[in-house]
Amino acid sequence: MQHDEVIWQVIRHKHCSFMSKITTGIFCRNPYNVTGICNRSSCPLANSRYATIRDHDGVFYLYMKTIERAHKPNDLWERVKLPRNYEKALELIDKHLMYWPKLLVHKIKQRLTKMTQMRIRMRKLALKTREKIMTTPRKEKKREARREEKAEKAAVLDKAIEKELLARLENGIYDGIYNLPFNKFLQTLDTDELQAEDENEEESEVEYVEGNFELEEEDDIEDLGMKDYHLSNDEEVDDDDDDDDDDDDEVNAVEEQRVRRKPKSAHEKSEKDEFGKKLKKRPRIHVEVEHEEGGERQKVTF
Amino acid sequence: MGGKRKTNENEGMEGEEDSKHNIKKMKKEKSEILPSSIKNKEKRSAVHAKLKHQKKLDKRKKLKARDAAAKRALELGEEPPPKQIPRTIENTREADETVCMPDDEELFAGNDADEFSAVLKHDRTPKILITTCRFNSTRGPAFITELLSVIPNSHYYKRGTYDLKKIVEYANNKEFTSIIVVHTNRREPDALLIIGLPDGPTAHFKLSSLVLRKDIKNHGNPTSHEPELVLNNFTTRLGHRIGRLIQSLFPQSPNFRGRRVVTFHNQRDFIFFRHHRYIFETKEIKQSESKGKKAKDTKGESISKEKVIARLQECGPRFTLKLVSLQHGTFDTRGGEFEWVHKPEMDTSRRRFFL
Repeated sequence: MQHDEVIWQVIRHKHCSFMSKITTGIFCRNPYNVTGICNRSSCPLANSRYATIRDHDGVFYLYMKTIERAHKPNDLWERVKLPRNYEKALELIDKHLMYWPKLLVHKIKQRLTKMTQMRIRMRKLALKTREKIMTTPRKEKKREARREEKAEKAAVLDKAIEKELLARLENGIYDGIYNLPFNKFLQTLDTDELQAEDENEEESEVEYVEGNFELEEEDDIEDLGMKDYHLSNDEEVDDDDDDDDDDDDEVNAVEEQRVRRKPKSAHEKSEKDEFGKKLKKRPRIHVEVEHEEGGERQKVTF
Repeated sequence: MGGKRKTNENEGMEGEEDSKHNIKKMKKEKSEILPSSIKNKEKRSAVHAKLKHQKKLDKRKKLKARDAAAKRALELGEEPPPKQIPRTIENTREADETVCMPDDEELFAGNDADEFSAVLKHDRTPKILITTCRFNSTRGPAFITELLSVIPNSHYYKRGTYDLKKIVEYANNKEFTSIIVVHTNRREPDALLIIGLPDGPTAHFKLSSLVLRKDIKNHGNPTSHEPELVLNNFTTRLGHRIGRLIQSLFPQSPNFRGRRVVTFHNQRDFIFFRHHRYIFETKEIKQSESKGKKAKDTKGESISKEKVIARLQECGPRFTLKLVSLQHGTFDTRGGEFEWVHKPEMDTSRRRFFL
């Protein structure tokens, strides 16, 4: 025999394993509960005639329990699949629960509404991309930090970068920009000055000035491939390759001084003075330019 | 064991002198080699300390001998004995069969056919889109402004709540060549996502040890010349690919006069980013004689040598990257094909690196 009242008294006042009390109220964890609150009218155990809606993989089912089947727990709950359409589902509920207490039917319909809304929202969210939060174990984080520090020490970065830059300088990528080692350059200039004083310098000086301004505007980027173009331009202006290289070096040095933002050392100042003198005197340096196949690399030999 | 030793001792005592000595020697050897087999803590620690002290003395002796040999060789004018190479992790790195060989035809063919070849062959100039994750905070914007100054031709767009896939589409329409997404976690940028376009690979890096420009002592201010790129130590195929990905972010025609260098240095799978302005200078190194300095000679003599050095001034941010995953195609975590994913089981060996 089903004595709902007895069941309720026992459950509520003694112990119910589905009940959970929290600060805001008393809730029922029973999956067949319509409202989720622990109530005399909402308790699926203490009501022999009960119905709920449950969701399985996005499909809603209406579950009904009647007192006639109370002695057969296996077949206790009758399941009806509800259609996708909200209105049709409501109609179906009405049909199945026609003579049931209105309160229960109302609660079931409310539950259906809520669940359909949730289903819509879940589907919308699933389409959007959401960031998934992954955690890393603390041990790994510490390990990575340790390894990174050691790697940084092992990679002596400043030295490595300097070495790479010097290697590039040796390879000749910067040819035409730098005239290092500097003292040798000055020496060669000094020695060749004596030879150059006999030459006729006026014309070439004028040419030099014009030619250089042109070149400066055209040639911003010294690339390997562009070198060829640069040289051929020079050859048209001046017949001498040598002059060009000399021009380049001096002009480059002058440009460097303009561009340079680091504090000038005494060394650099003297360099500037030297160049001032050189501009007036127009020495000629015998520079051999070796053209390789693509004309890509120059070797300036003193 | 104690029982056994007792019987041994008994035997030794009972037996003859020779066997006694033998057994004692055996025991001594045993305890010298394995202090862990001695149960008595005091005795064990004493033996261990003795062993360590002995080792220390041996090491010092060896060092002295080496120094003496080197000195003697120098004095005699001979070549000093060859210096021993210390064993480092890089020396003892596990052999990797994917290391790029210099004459690899397949590598060059692969390079021609991969996604970066268009940019790297000057066909397209790199145009970078920088954005953030959805929730941006504190250090993120500062880092992004610095990135904007480091990478030429880069633009920053606010994230809003757009899907990354939508952003990729948008960028494709506007002819960008790469997207960089800076991801923030706990108010610190901690991940970088570099997506090549139009259908380029997606590299996910973990970002750490970020130091902004204002926090660097004696920092310099970068100019707007195109920087040179230095990529160190990208040896394996994967490393090579990542190197090319990084290369495709920067314009391929560096302005050498600008003297600006951006370095990505790979060490043990950590990619260190540095940004410097450099200058070449000559430095005189006077080689002093071993018998003290004599009167100053003129510069033309061979005693003082000149050396060209490079000096660096750091500007711009400094950070470390570690590759987490490389995915073929644009960002698609669910459907994409991952070329390389970091798994914790890869960390089991301390001598194994992938980049």
